[in-house]
Amino acid sequence: MQIASKHVAQWTPLALLQRSLPGLTVNTFIALNLTAFGGTPFGPNLVYSHCIGISIWLLIELARRYLLPEPEQHWRRLYFIIPGCVVLGYVIGLYLAAWLLNYPTDGLWTEHPRMVLGYLLLSLMAGGALTYYFMSREQLAAASQEMAFAAAQTEAAQRHAAESRLVLLQSQLEPHMLFNTLANLRALIGTDPAAATAMLDHLNAYLRATLNASRATAHPLQTEFDRVRDYLELLKVRMGPRLSYTLELPDSLAGIPVPPLILQPLVENAIKHGLEPKIEGGNIMVRASHKAGDLTLEVSDSGVGLPEGRQTTDGFGLTQVRERLATIYGTRGTLVLTPGAGVGATASLVFPCGHPGPAICHPGPAICHPGPAICHPGLVDCHPGPGSSPGFQHPGSSATHALDCGSSPQ
Amino acid sequence: MTLAKSGMTTISRPTALIAEDEPLLAAALQAELALAWPELNVVAVVGDGASAVTQALRLQPDVLFFDIRMPGLSGLDAAAELADRWNTDADQGAPFPALVFVTAYDQYAMAAFEAQAMDYLLKPVQAARLRKTVAKLQQTLANRAQAAFNFETTLGQLRGLLGAAAQPASTPLKVIQASVGATIRMVPVADVVYFEAADKYVRVLTASHEYLIRTPLKELLPQLDTTLFWQIHRGTVVNSNCVETVTRDEAGKLSVSLRGRAEKLPVSRLYVQLFKAM
Repeated sequence: MQIASKHVAQWTPLALLQRSLPGLTVNTFIALNLTAFGGTPFGPNLVYSHCIGISIWLLIELARRYLLPEPEQHWRRLYFIIPGCVVLGYVIGLYLAAWLLNYPTDGLWTEHPRMVLGYLLLSLMAGGALTYYFMSREQLAAASQEMAFAAAQTEAAQRHAAESRLVLLQSQLEPHMLFNTLANLRALIGTDPAAATAMLDHLNAYLRATLNASRATAHPLQTEFDRVRDYLELLKVRMGPRLSYTLELPDSLAGIPVPPLILQPLVENAIKHGLEPKIEGGNIMVRASHKAGDLTLEVSDSGVGLPEGRQTTDGFGLTQVRERLATIYGTRGTLVLTPGAGVGATASLVFPCGHPGPAICHPGPAICHPGPAICHPGLVDCHPGPGSSPGFQHPGSSATHALDCGSSPQ
Repeated sequence: MTLAKSGMTTISRPTALIAEDEPLLAAALQAELALAWPELNVVAVVGDGASAVTQALRLQPDVLFFDIRMPGLSGLDAAAELADRWNTDADQGAPFPALVFVTAYDQYAMAAFEAQAMDYLLKPVQAARLRKTVAKLQQTLANRAQAAFNFETTLGQLRGLLGAAAQPASTPLKVIQASVGATIRMVPVADVVYFEAADKYVRVLTASHEYLIRTPLKELLPQLDTTLFWQIHRGTVVNSNCVETVTRDEAGKLSVSLRGRAEKLPVSRLYVQLFKAM
């Protein structure tokens, strides 16, 4: 950090000399004043003020070096360091000057109380000024550093969100898929207008969901399954008898809020890496189940399977799903890819059900839409449940579920 | 797959094969062709690259419409394999078919087709565009006297298309990192005699050892120094320093023998131009 490096005091003779100059000037100035207004001789005054001043300054330098390694974080220690150094430095300086001038030190405090107290007062004033100077400087630096950090974080988060929205959209509106679909549609218009209309309706729903998914933060699992069905219907027209599919969604789970199109990349992968390369095609099964408060979504295919001894380097689709899970559910959201029994592969998503996560039910106006699809009163409760992690809890949240999949009727 | 009787019997009617994995699109192309080129006899419609090769070899059509993305062999790979296995004997062999690739959207492929001056169709196929292609094809078929020349041109185009898939890396790979059990063996690229694609892996063969790596050959190729490593077949890349002899058998096929290895490797027709006596 630039700001920090400026304030880390250097410990070279030249730097020390430079830093001592203002103090030496102040010391001389004090001695002059004492002579002018107190009538005491200048020589001893000069010795006293320098001995005390230099002792205090040296103590502060030492304290800054050893007790204040990171000024931006620990600047509050200066409240103790500076007064402490002033008093200690004063006593040392007092005895040092008396020794230098060959003055007796026995009755120093009793015989010249005015002088002793006067010097102490002066030192404390100078120390106070110094404290104030350091404090405001460090505080300012710390504050501006915090602000710069916060601003950078906000900017990075915004940029990341915008980038991932764009990339998601690009992947879902994959041109190859779109143009092939349009080509099929064009073929159907001439030969089977009813089938063409049905295909257009699926395409319509798919495109609308894709465009909305980059904005909405959650929708019911039923909607998610409907979008998967749209996508698979489009592909069924294209692949013909090479594709068959089954969707299994128990009624009790239909209302659980899930991140929009979280299943999409998994279904796409099953097609692209599983069934498309297989000449005879195969079957895709998408299934939802629950266990101990966790929702499990599985996408299985009977395709060519995973490469043997695969060291999982996730493609774009899986990486993106993992990132979304981590953002919303932390460590409680997982994605596992396993080889199927004999053929194909299964992708399993597990995350807390009925736990909408921060992205869904944050009280912020921009995020929590009371729209019907997201937080329908009575259908799905917006408040984080008892299972939500502390980081996601916000003040005033209640710990109730309108829908708790763990105890819902079968 | 629908099969009609070979076009050989009807002397005047040109024949065609369509390779397209989406049944509706295959039917649509066939319907559009019936309008744009009524004399054309579509002798087979197949749904994957491997079937395209076997059916084309069997039926010897005049024109091939190959989809790029198909299960198994891609349209480009199928065309390359067909070119390799085509009977070019001037007395008995039919001329190599005219090739038209069909694609929905593929920026790289489209740029490559432009660069190779190779005809292609975009899906959805439009009538006006198809008529232009048909006119070009009719002209090509009329000039069958130049068949040998056409074949050489096609080989060059396919070579260009297959090589254009990836941009070469700025600094060639120096070491191949191959995992052997729990350790990673660092194999200097210069020690490699040849690379061979094997399913989803690549076999890396030195004079004394063999390693398996998971980087597909298509991804590995652009990282190799092409002055040193020559592709001689769809799945084979040899170290040119290790090539000892190149021999031609009775059927006219080339094969190379390598210093340090006993096996002989076949050279694809696409790449025979690499080996010419000085």
